[in-house]
Amino acid sequence: MDETAHGMTIIVKTVTRLTVGLILLFGIYIVLHGHLTPGGGFAGGVIIALSFVHLMLAFGKGVALKKLSRPMASCIESAGGLMFLAIALLGYTGGWFFFNYLTGRGQPFRIFSAGIIPLCNIAISLKVGAGLFAVFMALVFLGVWEGDKK
Amino acid sequence: MNITPLFIVLPLGGAFLTPLLGKRWKYFPGAACNIITFCMLCLSIAAVAMVYRYGIIMYRVGGWMPPVGIALVLDSLSAFMLVTVNLVAFIVAVYSIDYMKMYTARWNFYTLFLLMIAGMNGMIITGDLFNLFVFLEIASIASYALVAFGTEQEELEAAFKYAVMGSLASSLILLGIALLYGFTSTLNMADMAQIIAGRRGSQLLLFVSGLFIMGFGLKTALIPFHAWLPDAHPSAPAPISAMLSGVLIKTLGIYSLMRIFFSILGMTDAVLNILLALGAVSMAIGVFLAIGQWDFKRLLAYHSISQVGYVMLGIGLGTPLGILGGLFHLFNHSIFKSLLFLNSGAVVYATGTRDLRLMGGLKERMPVTAATSFIASMSISGVPPFNGFWSKLVIIVACVQGGRYGYAFLAALVSLITLASFMKVQRYAFYGRLGEKWRHAAEVPFSMRFAMIVMAAACLFGGALLLPSISAPFLKGAEEALLLGTGYAGRVMENLK
Amino acid sequence: MTVYLLCLILFLIGVYCILIKRNLIKIIIGLGIMEYGLFLFFVLVGYRMRGRAPILEPDQIIADMVDPLPQALVLTAIVIGLATTALLATLAMRLYEKYGTFDITQIRKLRG
Repeated sequence: MDETAHGMTIIVKTVTRLTVGLILLFGIYIVLHGHLTPGGGFAGGVIIALSFVHLMLAFGKGVALKKLSRPMASCIESAGGLMFLAIALLGYTGGWFFFNYLTGRGQPFRIFSAGIIPLCNIAISLKVGAGLFAVFMALVFLGVWEGDKK
Repeated sequence: MNITPLFIVLPLGGAFLTPLLGKRWKYFPGAACNIITFCMLCLSIAAVAMVYRYGIIMYRVGGWMPPVGIALVLDSLSAFMLVTVNLVAFIVAVYSIDYMKMYTARWNFYTLFLLMIAGMNGMIITGDLFNLFVFLEIASIASYALVAFGTEQEELEAAFKYAVMGSLASSLILLGIALLYGFTSTLNMADMAQIIAGRRGSQLLLFVSGLFIMGFGLKTALIPFHAWLPDAHPSAPAPISAMLSGVLIKTLGIYSLMRIFFSILGMTDAVLNILLALGAVSMAIGVFLAIGQWDFKRLLAYHSISQVGYVMLGIGLGTPLGILGGLFHLFNHSIFKSLLFLNSGAVVYATGTRDLRLMGGLKERMPVTAATSFIASMSISGVPPFNGFWSKLVIIVACVQGGRYGYAFLAALVSLITLASFMKVQRYAFYGRLGEKWRHAAEVPFSMRFAMIVMAAACLFGGALLLPSISAPFLKGAEEALLLGTGYAGRVMENLK
Repeated sequence: MTVYLLCLILFLIGVYCILIKRNLIKIIIGLGIMEYGLFLFFVLVGYRMRGRAPILEPDQIIADMVDPLPQALVLTAIVIGLATTALLATLAMRLYEKYGTFDITQIRKLRG
């Protein structure tokens, strides 16, 4: 691997290798505990996206795109939105759109106790995370213009 | 009763599916969009019939009772706006099948288009104030991106201006909502109306009224908040200009103003007079700025400002006949302004230019476009027996009945100047000698012709909406729903049982 | 009362940036400042005297909590602001490609 060609210095790369997995894990923790602690889908999704952006800043575009390419990001984003809509539509089985139909809800402080809310959080985090990363990718690839334009 | 969420679910589902499948199957986005908008049109006509039979329909999302949960409320005014929006959306979707061949990356267009429709429908049927704001933002951001769709120089500049001014307006609206929440501690519209009815005369309500008139007035492009419209509407692709001018400024602006002022805050004489004055000024200044234009779509954009002034004039009168005239003109303007923008798109498709001085004699090569454009021009100028005549007549009669002779005279004068302006368009674009360059211009493809002919037929027979049997569920129902004022809250509350 | 006035000053600084500054990026930053001043105001509307954060803990008597509803609404509004800023940033970059400048007095092809 060509260490010094792309990205930043070797100190940044070493630290990134250690921390980027932890950032991703922290983001997933915030998403899953959205009904118990502050956070939820939006904040967790942003942290997950930022872990990929961190990877790209430290190592360059090639490595980050190998982990999550642009078509894949678009697919995950649409899948997240569709999952959210499907969960809402399945509420019709309980009688109302967006009804909380899963069992075991209402017990405080347990992680699987809020019905559809953790599933909705996961769907939102997929959409926000992939979407934010795709936006960042689009802005980076747009910046490749020729030097002085008239 | 359970069809109410479908108005949001169908376009939103289509908008999420299109990026997944649209890149692989080239025909999927166009076909899906047309099918979805056709289903929405049928559903909205069914909604009109249902509301006429059952009264106000309320749907509790998730089974949670309002004011804890969000409620979707369908009353006659909502049903009326739904039919307007979905009819124009379907016609524009049919037109886009052939028109968007001029652009690349068509799946982007259909995604944003379906998101805009989902946002507008959501605004119309919601019964919760913050939900209104969220759907307002969905529709607005989709429209900012659609204005910049062609990514030429002028389109990007127009989209930037539109986006900054639109975000400023949305911030003012959010400030108003925050202040109202602090005042009443609830977000449900019916609940808020009942709490405000008991605490009138507070100065906070005056400030909030001012904020909403500024915020929603910018979305409606009333003078003096109109500066973004003459740049944004010509720069968008023609079907999107038709949607923007035809339904977006009315849903985001006029419908929201009516819903907030009539049903929640309670309409006072001061606010009615302000709206009346703004409407009259928009009418006059819009048409005077339009006369000197040589760009076809820019001229149509300035006329949009003027006609929206007519609607505001009708509603600002406050009398039943005035409101009927205003709502009827809202519907008619959606039809004939969309038709005019679709015509301009057909001209651009065939000749590649929007400048009136370069065109000439297109009537021989493009008969369908010329005929429908003639019908639309007669409608907007208020020539009998087209639909524009009936709605302008109702507004002028309402002005005279209310004793406001100055406004009636102004309305008639503006109508005459509109006629002069469109005579100029007809003469330069379609009549006269056929220019050398356009000898090989061809008539536009089938889907565009179909869309324009359907709209022209609606222009021709639109006056029939005033017949008692048709107007009872549709126009008269909407007018009665508005005049109910804060009685809206009472009706919704008794639906809670 | 002073807190609300400070939020208003933040809002006015944002509006000043949008109106007076000539650089496209500074206009976008001004829009962001204005929106965040507004969100801060909205969250402060929900404050209760001697309230604490609205999180329920296992062994806890239900004491006074601040209003959680504005916090949820502001979260939604922040995401909307993010989408608008992303769109405006992309438009600004494309405008730089086409016109060669970020100065709004030079980007004036549409008039009349």
